[in-house]
Amino acid sequence: MNDVVKIIFKRLGLGLVTLLVISVIIFSAVEMLPGDIAQAVLGQGATKENVAAMREQLGLDRPAVVRYFEWLGNAVTGDFGHSLVSQKQVSSAISERFANTLFLALYAAVIAVPVAILLGVLTALWRNTPFDRVANVATLTSISSPEFFLGYILILFLSVKTGYFPSLAKINAEMGFFEKLERMFLPALTMVLVVVAHMMRMTRSAIINLLASPYIEMARLKGVPGWRIITHHALPNAWAPIINVIALNLAYLVTGVVLVEVVFVFPGIGQMLVDSVTKRDFPVVQACCLIFAATFILLNLAADVGAILTNPRLRHPK
Amino acid sequence: MNYFVIGYYTLLIGASCLAAYYQARTAFLLLFSLTLGSFIMGIIGGEPALWFVTVSAGVIALAAGTSYAFREFLVIILPDEMSRNVKGAPLTASFGLFVVMTYAIAGLFAPVIAPFGEAEVISTAFAPADAQMLLGADQLGRDMFSRIIYGARNSVGLALLATAIAFFFGAVAGLIAATKGGWFDQAMGRVVDVVMSIPSIIFALLLLSIFGTSTTTLVIVIGVIYSPRVFRLSRAVAGNIVVMDYIEAAKLRGEGTWYLIRKEILPNSTAPLIAEFGLEFSFVFLLVAGLSFLGLGIQPPTADWGSMVRENATLVSFGEITPLIPAGAIALLTVAVNFIVDWMLYRSSGLKE
Amino acid sequence: MSDTENSDKRELLLEIQDLRIEGYADDKWVEIVHGVNLELHRGEILGLIGESGAGKSTIGLAAMGYTRDGCRISGGSIDFEGMDLTTANQDELASLRGAKIAYVAQSAAASFNPAHRLIDQHTEAPVQYRIKKRLESQEDAMELYHRLRLPNPKEIGFRYPHQVSGGQLQRAMTAMAMACRPDLIIFDEPTTALDVTTQIEVLAAIRDIVDQFNTAAIYITHDLAVVAQMADKIKVMLRGEEVEEAETIKMLEDPEEDYTKSLWSVRSYKRRQKYRPQGDAVPVVSVQNIDAAYGDVKVLENVSFDIHAGMTVAVVGESGSGKSTAARCITGLLPPTAGRILFNGEALPSSYKARSRDQLRQAQMIYQMADTALNPKVRISEIIGRPAHFYRGLRGAKLKKRVDELLDLIELEPRDFYNRYPTELSGGQKQRIGIARALAANPSFIICDEVTSALDQLVAEGILKLLDRLQKEFNLAYMFITHDLATVRSIADEVVVMKEGRIVEQGPKDEMFTPPHHPYTDLLLSSVPEMDPEWLTTVLEERGVDNIGEAALKKQ
Repeated sequence: MNDVVKIIFKRLGLGLVTLLVISVIIFSAVEMLPGDIAQAVLGQGATKENVAAMREQLGLDRPAVVRYFEWLGNAVTGDFGHSLVSQKQVSSAISERFANTLFLALYAAVIAVPVAILLGVLTALWRNTPFDRVANVATLTSISSPEFFLGYILILFLSVKTGYFPSLAKINAEMGFFEKLERMFLPALTMVLVVVAHMMRMTRSAIINLLASPYIEMARLKGVPGWRIITHHALPNAWAPIINVIALNLAYLVTGVVLVEVVFVFPGIGQMLVDSVTKRDFPVVQACCLIFAATFILLNLAADVGAILTNPRLRHPK
Repeated sequence: MNYFVIGYYTLLIGASCLAAYYQARTAFLLLFSLTLGSFIMGIIGGEPALWFVTVSAGVIALAAGTSYAFREFLVIILPDEMSRNVKGAPLTASFGLFVVMTYAIAGLFAPVIAPFGEAEVISTAFAPADAQMLLGADQLGRDMFSRIIYGARNSVGLALLATAIAFFFGAVAGLIAATKGGWFDQAMGRVVDVVMSIPSIIFALLLLSIFGTSTTTLVIVIGVIYSPRVFRLSRAVAGNIVVMDYIEAAKLRGEGTWYLIRKEILPNSTAPLIAEFGLEFSFVFLLVAGLSFLGLGIQPPTADWGSMVRENATLVSFGEITPLIPAGAIALLTVAVNFIVDWMLYRSSGLKE
Repeated sequence: MSDTENSDKRELLLEIQDLRIEGYADDKWVEIVHGVNLELHRGEILGLIGESGAGKSTIGLAAMGYTRDGCRISGGSIDFEGMDLTTANQDELASLRGAKIAYVAQSAAASFNPAHRLIDQHTEAPVQYRIKKRLESQEDAMELYHRLRLPNPKEIGFRYPHQVSGGQLQRAMTAMAMACRPDLIIFDEPTTALDVTTQIEVLAAIRDIVDQFNTAAIYITHDLAVVAQMADKIKVMLRGEEVEEAETIKMLEDPEEDYTKSLWSVRSYKRRQKYRPQGDAVPVVSVQNIDAAYGDVKVLENVSFDIHAGMTVAVVGESGSGKSTAARCITGLLPPTAGRILFNGEALPSSYKARSRDQLRQAQMIYQMADTALNPKVRISEIIGRPAHFYRGLRGAKLKKRVDELLDLIELEPRDFYNRYPTELSGGQKQRIGIARALAANPSFIICDEVTSALDQLVAEGILKLLDRLQKEFNLAYMFITHDLATVRSIADEVVVMKEGRIVEQGPKDEMFTPPHHPYTDLLLSSVPEMDPEWLTTVLEERGVDNIGEAALKKQ
């Protein structure tokens, strides 16, 4: 087990370093603004006094390195400073919205993961049948469509024309759990459509790769029945690719949510990011980007660790 | 019961029986499962559901027919070797080729085809379709059809340019890294890992918030975000080639890096690289469309599909499909490119075995 | 092996008649096995032999009623104990496999499921068929492991496949095939992936156990000497068709068909041995005390040998012995960490990047896999012409003349091959193009890295003869890397034996092949199968079962 622990720690360390580098990128991107933040936010027409006051307020007179570590230190403790537009605490505004986004992603994942894996395994088993061909065309179409296209189609047919579901996913903290679920159904479904297509294709190719390996042929030649080949010979070796598929798509769910949130006017962190980009509210942009990147890296990390833990070669060292 | 429903089931069951009689297994399975599915859909959705099935089947049949005819057309007009390749192509691929060709013509000859200019206000806001305006007017009273045609030029052109830039830098760096190895390879690998661990749309939003949303910055930002992806792929493709003995033989002969890339590696990696170009293009195209939809991409009054969706989005709540047309145009092109790429990847993997 | 003469009286077990199998290629079905007949009695061992593409494995699998993806049985019948396997349904077939007919695959490492312990995979079939209870079957597995002379038979089954060595895995797989005491086992090249010293051990184990349980077997291989040890009768295959079938002794001594005769005669090619020039002639290449390492792993230690002009030095060793690494040091791909390499008495820079164009030109290389050694997207004229242009600046008509000359040298018609691509050529032709590319540089020294091991025997012999002729014509020095001692016998002048990165022994060939040997050389030499059907029996008697294979290696 010692080896596994070592490999996992190495991978965790690498993830941490990547996150640090990304925080540098996010911070220094804002430093690259023509002029500086104060000038950029207030515009050309601002008086010198106003600009100077803002500089004072943001502490721009100090060197960038000092401000970076201050920013990072605060960010680690959950303090992202104040919004330039509303002057409110960034973290308090973000936390509720981030929870909403995670809820939406989870909602979509709970539907998508089982469906996608089941369909992926089925298409792999029935490969080159009409079922597989139709699934191939359908998933390619779904992957190729922009999220807003799928979103508006769902709104048109499931909301406006038929009235089954609400078209806008406006939720707030007072709503009950099931009411939230109902209101969020269409955005969740949009994401499910895209993610299921991705996951299904990845699962299919992973399983097909696996079924081509000599030990599956050996099992067949030993007279092992079909269902047992899947459960006993294929599945124990399929965990690594399947975990990988799930984690990658969860990462997509959390970050790909931006467009869906805008279509359905969902109060999530993605929409907040878009709003602050338009308003050039840099502290909020930085905070959102850092959170998205951290989630993304964390999920990729989870995929790698999962793959390491399920690898029999590593679990039973020589 | 009315004549439509009776005719509908008669046709399906009759066709199933014929397929069964002639032992066309696949066709029979498809037809009969459609029949069974129609029973359920008919009960739940009533006649409209059956109409929906009929129309969808008609559209699919039309697309299949067009693809079939287009493939035969290509087989006849193309030179010998290429026509043999096209002959074995699935219908989806020839459908893709047909769509791409149509878009290319629309984009190249936009001013000739479009009846009005892209920024020309000719009517009232959201005016309905008439003889002059095939698809009606948009929120400012501009001709929707003309703007869609011009969009083929603007949206696709921008995505193509950005992809080309990303591809050029990514592929060159990837090929050099694979050939030279050593510290350059290592360093590039690390940089690419970091850049790729930021989700692309988030990275794009961050950079656009800082550098503004002019067309030039858009192209550069997308180039920066996507070249690492191209780098990783071309590094992997070339990585499989540089371990070959013929590369070792050329190195031991004393050949330079440039010769190795040009004469030994590139000829063997064109197929996967072209497929990758198609794939990257559809990613870039979707990203640009997404950014435009968020109002951060191509700026008005230039006609662009992504922003057209956003500007006309309110119409959806009135049950109009107008905003879906530019969105569909985006989806159709990406689907088409993906169909072609799928075919190319299948071919290059099939030839290896 | 016993009482072959009685085989006709024994009960017929498997009868294949006019078997035809098709493979799917380029959107159509092509016949790959053209009507093969086969009879096998209880306890009989049939050797199925042929070159690659002969359809041996396909027939072997078909004997279990199994075809790989993209293949189908298109005609004929396979009768096993009264059941026709071509018409049986999947359930009936599944109930035969493992229980009545078992399979031993070429690569044991890939054919054991990495997620389960050996013994759990062993007991799977018996428990499935309710032949034995799990514990009973485990006991039996240990007994079989013991009989197959696996170390720690009580414990080894509880390990995972990646924790066990290749030769042991192959024996564990044979034990697994025996688990239900089948009537027939298909051995599909079970020792091809193993080194010779390991192979002998596995061969001995397989032969014993098949004998003990009186199991019938189909033994598929391309190695004549191996099949001579194992089989009662031999069937020779060529491109999906049967050439001839006879009992082992008759087949070896008196084959009828020309093709079979040509296979047998390959082994008799021998070249006159040359000796070093007298006096203090300067060797073309002199490797002096080199060490080399991949990262922190040391792979070569204190390696020295000389190669003189016009002579062939064979470097022999099993996988991991460092013979190819030595070649990489000479070419400069892997700069040695210590020692030096002299070329005509002058020290070479250690990395190829620092060598002059002329130094690079002098030493050329021919590779094992002609497929990967020639760029598939470059024409033959360019492949051969490039070195001539690169080193000597030839162009236009002069270059064309030179390419024609080189194609003539390697016995290929220039007009036919000038504009073709490597993918259009056969394996032997590709290897000839590789030789022409090396010659185009006018070298004085050529490294031949296992140049014949990927080729069928007849073709390989042609290549060896060509290399020999070229050596005489241009006074070339060859470094011949190989694991095949038969090749060494036929063409080497001097032999260097390597093991685990060190040189064990070196000297002129005649001395090396006469005793007394170094113990490792002795083990290596005695492990190479010979055509004599009694060879394995004799070696086992002489050395004893505990003095072969891994056991013997450990003692050293």
